Amino acid sequence: MDTRVELGGLILKNPVMSASGTFGYGLEFSLYGDLQELGAIVVKGLSLKPRAGNPVPRIVETPCGMLNAIGLQNIGAERFLRDKLPLLPWDRTPVVVNLYAQSVQEFGQLAGLLGREPGVAALEVNISCPNVRHGGFQFGQDPAAAAAVTREVKKNSGSRPVIVKLSPNVTDVRTIAKAVQDAGADMLSLINTLGGMAVDVHSRKPRLAGITGGLSGPAIKPVALKMVYQVCRVVDIPVIGLGGICTVDDVLEFILVGAHAVQVGTANFMRPDLIFDLIRDLPEAMSRTGIVSLDEIRGALETSSDRMDPLEKMQNIR
Amino acid sequence: MLGMAWAGSRDFVHLYLEPPGWEASPGQFVMLRPSAWGFDPLWPRPFSICEKTPEYLRLFIQVVGRGTSLLRSAAPDSEIVLWGPLGKGFRIPVQHPLLILAGGMGIAPFVGMCKTHPHPERINLLFGHRLGLEHYPLDELPGKIRKESMRQSTPEDLVDFSGVLQERIRDFAPRGEILACGPMPFLRVVQRHVLESNARAQLSVETRMACGVGACLGCVIKTRNGEMLQTCVHGPVFDARELVLQ
Repeated sequence: MDTRVELGGLILKNPVMSASGTFGYGLEFSLYGDLQELGAIVVKGLSLKPRAGNPVPRIVETPCGMLNAIGLQNIGAERFLRDKLPLLPWDRTPVVVNLYAQSVQEFGQLAGLLGREPGVAALEVNISCPNVRHGGFQFGQDPAAAAAVTREVKKNSGSRPVIVKLSPNVTDVRTIAKAVQDAGADMLSLINTLGGMAVDVHSRKPRLAGITGGLSGPAIKPVALKMVYQVCRVVDIPVIGLGGICTVDDVLEFILVGAHAVQVGTANFMRPDLIFDLIRDLPEAMSRTGIVSLDEIRGALETSSDRMDPLEKMQNIR
Repeated sequence: MLGMAWAGSRDFVHLYLEPPGWEASPGQFVMLRPSAWGFDPLWPRPFSICEKTPEYLRLFIQVVGRGTSLLRSAAPDSEIVLWGPLGKGFRIPVQHPLLILAGGMGIAPFVGMCKTHPHPERINLLFGHRLGLEHYPLDELPGKIRKESMRQSTPEDLVDFSGVLQERIRDFAPRGEILACGPMPFLRVVQRHVLESNARAQLSVETRMACGVGACLGCVIKTRNGEMLQTCVHGPVFDARELVLQ
């Protein structure tokens, strides 16, 4: 059974990565499993300077999901490189850092700082956070701005592959995906959270201090699956699928619609050892469904037109 | 799950679980997630450890929402995934007198500790509660503990309780360590009097939590130097001087 995946120059032991913002700096989960078993470790979004984040309440549970408005609280890129990265098994498992900045120029600076670290395998550019007033979101909704950020990060990241993380809160995600590919992105990851809100009828207040937030968890998986499917059909670079992945079947579904790898996000909050169990169960799930390698099923989704016999197809054309 | 018992009403549940292999300090907590929950509710639920013996791990739970309501109706021998002990508990200097201030469900983390403390005669307990005493595990605490309880049914009762808290804290301040757990308005009053009296106090706070391991950044609490610290890993017990309680 071969669970290995080649992803924009990186070799992953398996296609299961952690999703930024749900896995801390990785070390938080080292009590619950061996971090080396992950396909890759994607850490919390880092900014140039530390950020305190939003006021509380920042999280709300929703049916089969949750809303968050954390506001990218993080210790800053420098402290991450000094205090956290050396403790991660970066020489055995690729560590991907997620970048957040408020201007194109700042994205470039951050990419320059992080891209020359030997322990950093790839950069993931967050142009899609819905919970900060400046940056993030506006880049993710405008093809020209998304392309400008991508070019700037590529220019400064040295030899490190650049992943651009896309927002689902757009009219057509394919437009942004193509713009980012043309600007030089090595990979795409999608989807970030869907914009949402919750209201408490008793207090007549929003349930999040930030009023609106981002919806994640199994509730959004069908939306994510559709967008990954759409994007995989129009770009040539590898796509990393995420959005509500909780089970091995979820992983295989995303690969069937064309994803190279996946990220597990909100499911890490259900049980801190869930991602490790999922990786352990993957080979068995593959053999149960008759899959020899992941390359074999990537994008192999059989749609009804594929299933029709040739005669039927001919009739259809007419 | 080993079993369940009710206290006073169906909304106050003592949950007995198979004892885990670890030891915990008072004030630490566990995360629970019944396997039957599937994807909904999504999050596990945090509960402070009420008591741990060789026979069982016991949690004292008030039914306040969907998660606790589902826990109450869990089948007697059903599987509940549990992990812990989590967070930082109370530092208990056994040689010094203790003043325990508990508000309502805030009694939970003190039950096992009081029952196993080598010098119960050095413990003073002031317990504030809204509902009848039959709901709370006060009677089972050792008789040598100096217990005092006050029920708050009216706004005047709250003012009285705040006055007694102030008095007890002020009188006790030079003698030992204060440990407090309860709802946020209660902890705010305790913190104010503690700071006024320059007492040594540890507060256990309750916040909305998703992961319990420091990753989701949902349970943060503001410190006096402006940091937002995760309650799950930096707390739930903090030095009273450290926090800004909002």
